[in-house]
Amino acid sequence: MVPKKDVLLEIKDLRIEGYSDEKWIEIVHGIDLTLHKGEVLGLIGESGAGKSTIGLASMGFARDGCRISGGSIEFDGMELTTTPENDLRALRGSRIAYVAQSAAASFNPAHRIIDQHTEAPIQYRIQKRVEAQEDAMELYHRLRLPNPDEIGFRYPHQVSGGQLQRAMTAMAMACRPDLIIFDEPTTALDVTTQIEVLAAIRDIVDQFNTAAIYITHDLAVVAQMADTIKVLLKGEEVEEAPTAQMLDKPKEEYTKSLWAVRSFKRPQKQRPTGADAVPIVSVQGIDAAYGKTKVLDDVSFDIYPGMTVAVVGESGSGKSTTARCITGLLPPTKGKILFKGEELPARYQDRSKDQLRQAQMIYQMADTALNPKIRICDIIGRPAQFYSGLHGGALKTRVDELLDLIELDPAKFYSRYPPELSGGQKQRVGIARALAADPAFIICDEVTSALDQLVAEGILKLLDRLQQEFNLAYMFITHDLATVRSIADEVVVMQRGKVVEQGPKDEMFTPPHHPYTDLLLSSVPEMDPNWLTTLLEERGVDDIGEAADV
Amino acid sequence: MGDILQLVLKRLGLGVITLLVVSILIFFAVELLPGDIAQAVLGQGATDETVAALRQKLGLDQPAILRYFQWLGGALTGDFGVSLVSGERVSAAITDRFVNTLFLASYAAVIAVPISIILGVIVALLRNTLFDRVANVATLTSISSPEFFLGYILILYFAVKTSYFPAIASLSADMTFGELLHRTFLPALTLVLVVTAHMMRMTRAAIINLLASPYIEMARLKGVPPWKIIVKHALPNAWAPIINVVALNLAYLITGVVLVEVVFVYPGIGQLLVDAVAKRDFPIVQACCLIFAATFILLNLAADVGAILTNPRLRHPK
Repeated sequence: MVPKKDVLLEIKDLRIEGYSDEKWIEIVHGIDLTLHKGEVLGLIGESGAGKSTIGLASMGFARDGCRISGGSIEFDGMELTTTPENDLRALRGSRIAYVAQSAAASFNPAHRIIDQHTEAPIQYRIQKRVEAQEDAMELYHRLRLPNPDEIGFRYPHQVSGGQLQRAMTAMAMACRPDLIIFDEPTTALDVTTQIEVLAAIRDIVDQFNTAAIYITHDLAVVAQMADTIKVLLKGEEVEEAPTAQMLDKPKEEYTKSLWAVRSFKRPQKQRPTGADAVPIVSVQGIDAAYGKTKVLDDVSFDIYPGMTVAVVGESGSGKSTTARCITGLLPPTKGKILFKGEELPARYQDRSKDQLRQAQMIYQMADTALNPKIRICDIIGRPAQFYSGLHGGALKTRVDELLDLIELDPAKFYSRYPPELSGGQKQRVGIARALAADPAFIICDEVTSALDQLVAEGILKLLDRLQQEFNLAYMFITHDLATVRSIADEVVVMQRGKVVEQGPKDEMFTPPHHPYTDLLLSSVPEMDPNWLTTLLEERGVDDIGEAADV
Repeated sequence: MGDILQLVLKRLGLGVITLLVVSILIFFAVELLPGDIAQAVLGQGATDETVAALRQKLGLDQPAILRYFQWLGGALTGDFGVSLVSGERVSAAITDRFVNTLFLASYAAVIAVPISIILGVIVALLRNTLFDRVANVATLTSISSPEFFLGYILILYFAVKTSYFPAIASLSADMTFGELLHRTFLPALTLVLVVTAHMMRMTRAAIINLLASPYIEMARLKGVPPWKIIVKHALPNAWAPIINVVALNLAYLITGVVLVEVVFVYPGIGQLLVDAVAKRDFPIVQACCLIFAATFILLNLAADVGAILTNPRLRHPK
C-alpha cells in the first residue's frame, strides 16, 4: 500500500457536462482516480468514453461547451474545482503539462519550435531565454531528436510528424512538471515512428520520475506505457487494475471484448489458375510524380476477382498515390493500368462511363467524404441514378436494397443527414455509395483507421460478406497490419514509392522477410507489456532514432 | 525567397493584364454613351460644319479601335490627352487633385487602420461582453449611415456649434502641415468612421475563428494568459484575411471619397470626376477611371503579397 503522502492527484466522483441541443448533458458520470508520484496510469476506451475530457479535467480545464459539474479534483493538496482561473493557469505548463494527439496541429505554425518550448519557462521566470533554449536542446538530445542543437530553430511545418511529437514531449518537460497528460500522442503516427516516440516518452518519464496519465484507444500501446490501466465506457469506469493483471485476467465482459477484437480472421483465398484467369486490375510498371517530385517508381501488382490485396507502408510510401493512378485522378508518367486485360485511359476524363462505374472508392474520413447537407438516400441514389439510369420507384427500391446490404434500416436512415450518424454508420453509407455503382473493384483507403476497434471489426466483417456475395475485388490500403492479418489474401509492401515485397499473406507473415517488411511487422505493438523493452534491446537502442528518420 | 519573388512577379503580370482589360472596358463604355461627343461639347446650336470640324480635330472620325490604341499608347507615357472643356492637359489637371485625394486617404488610413486592428483585438479578447457589443453597435451604426449624413453631423457639432474645425476643407499653397491636418480633419474623420467597422469586425472574426485551433488550446494548457494568446498565438495566423480587408478599405478610401469631397468641398479627384461626367469631359473621365482601377489592382496585389509574406509556410520553405 502506497502511503497517502505520495498521492499526487486524487479525483473523486468527477462529473462533467457537455452542452448540446440547448441543454447540459452529463458525459462523465462520477469517475474516481488516484495517481501517485511517478506513476503512469493508462486510460483506455473507445471514442466518446470521456478519456480526453477526464485528462483535461485533471488540469482543472474544461473545453468550451463543457463544464465540470461535480466531484473533486485534488492535485498535490490543492482543490482544482474551486481554484480561481488565474491560479489554475499558473499550474498549467509549470506543474501539469499536456501532450496533444496531433503535434502538427498543436504547434503554432507562426512561431519556431524552440520559441514555443521556452514560452512557459520564461513566463514562469524559471529560466532566462538563453538558459531555457539550452535546456530545450538538452531535452531534444535526450529524446534523440536529430540535430538537437538546430532542430528547435525550425518552424513546425519543416519537421516530420514523429519528430514534432517528440518535440512536444520535450516542451511538456520544459518546466519539469509533476504530471503530464498524454492524449493519444502516437495515434496519428506510423507504427515505425510510433516506437521511437513511445520509447522516448517512457525514457523521459522514467528519468524525471514524472507521473503521467496516458490516454489511448490502443491496448497494446497502453500495455507498454502504463503501470495501471483504467478502462472507460461512455463516461463510466468499467474496471481498473495493474497492467499485468488487467491483460491476463480482465474481469468485465466489455474489457474481454476489447481484448478479443483482433481475433476476426477470414480464410485466405488463392489466386485462380488456368488460362482464363485474368486479373481484374493489373498495374504494370507505373511511375507518377507530383510536379517534379517523383512519388511512384515502377509499381506493379495484380488484383484478381474476388480477392483482397492489402497495400501497406508508412505515410508517404505512395499507397494513396497508387490508388489515384488507378482511378485516373493522377495520370501516371510511365507504365499502364489494365482492367480485365484491357488498357485503361490514363485520365479519368477519357474513360468510358462503364470503366468508371466498375472501379469505386471508399475513403478514410467518412466525415469529410459525405456531404453533410445531402440526405443519405440522395448520397446513395446519385451513383445508382448516374450509372444505372434508375428513376422514381425503381431508384427507391434500389436505395432500400443497398441500405439493407449495409445493415442500416431503410425506414430509419433513408431521409437522414450524415451529421446525425455515428462514425461507423457513416462509413457504412460510404460503402453503400460505392456499391450503388455495381462495381467489380473497390479501393478501400484506410477505411477503418479512423474508427474504434469494435466498430472497425464490424466494417471489416461487412466488407467480407459483400465480397463473397458480389465477388468483389478489394485494394485495401492500410498501415495497420492487424487489419491485413484479418482480411487480406495478398499483400503488397511499399516504401518510398517502390514495391519492396509482394505475395500471398501467409508467406508475407512467415520469415524470411524483406528488411523493411520485417521492420514494419516487428513495429506493431503487442499485448505483452515487455514487448517494447525486448524490441528495443533486440534492435539496439541507438538505431531506433534512425529507423524512422530515414 | 526565389519562390516568393516569382509569385509576386506572376501576380504583377496578372495585375497588368487585368488593367488592360479594364482599360478596354473604360474606353468602350464611354464610347457607348448615347450621343456624339462633339455635338455634346458644342451644344444644340452648333452647325453641322463646326461639329464635323471638331470631330476631325478630336480624331473622332477615325475607327474606335485605332483611337483606343492611340489613347492607350498615350496613357502608358502619362499623356491622357486634352480636356474637352478647359483645353488643359488632362495629366496636369489630374495630378494635383490625385495628390490631394491620396493625402486625405492616407490621413484617414493612418488613423483608421491601427484603431480598427487594436479594437478588433480588444473585442476578440472581450468577446461577448458589454464592451464587445457596444463597440459592434457603434461601428455598425457608423458604417450604416451614409457618408454625407455623417459628414453633415460632424460639421454641425464640430464646425457650426463649436467651431473646433473648419466646415470647408479648401486648400491653399501656403498652408503649414499642421494647418493642413487641422483643416482636413473632419473629412478624414468621416472616412475613418466609414471604414473602421469593416476592418474591426474582420479582425475580430479572423481571430475568433482561430480560437478553436488545437495550437490555441495548447497555449491555454501551457498557462499562457488570454491577452497573450490573442496577440501572440492567434493574431500572427490571422494576418491574411485582415490584410485583405484592409486593402479593400484603403482602395475604398481612394475611389469612394466622392461624397465626402463634395460635402467638404475638398479639391480631390472624386470631385473632378463628378464635374467631368456632368460636362461630358471624356478624356478626364477615362483617366480618372483608369487611375481608380490601377489603385484597386495595386492595393489588392499588395494584399496578396502581404498575405504571402505573413505565412510562415511560404516564408520558410522546407
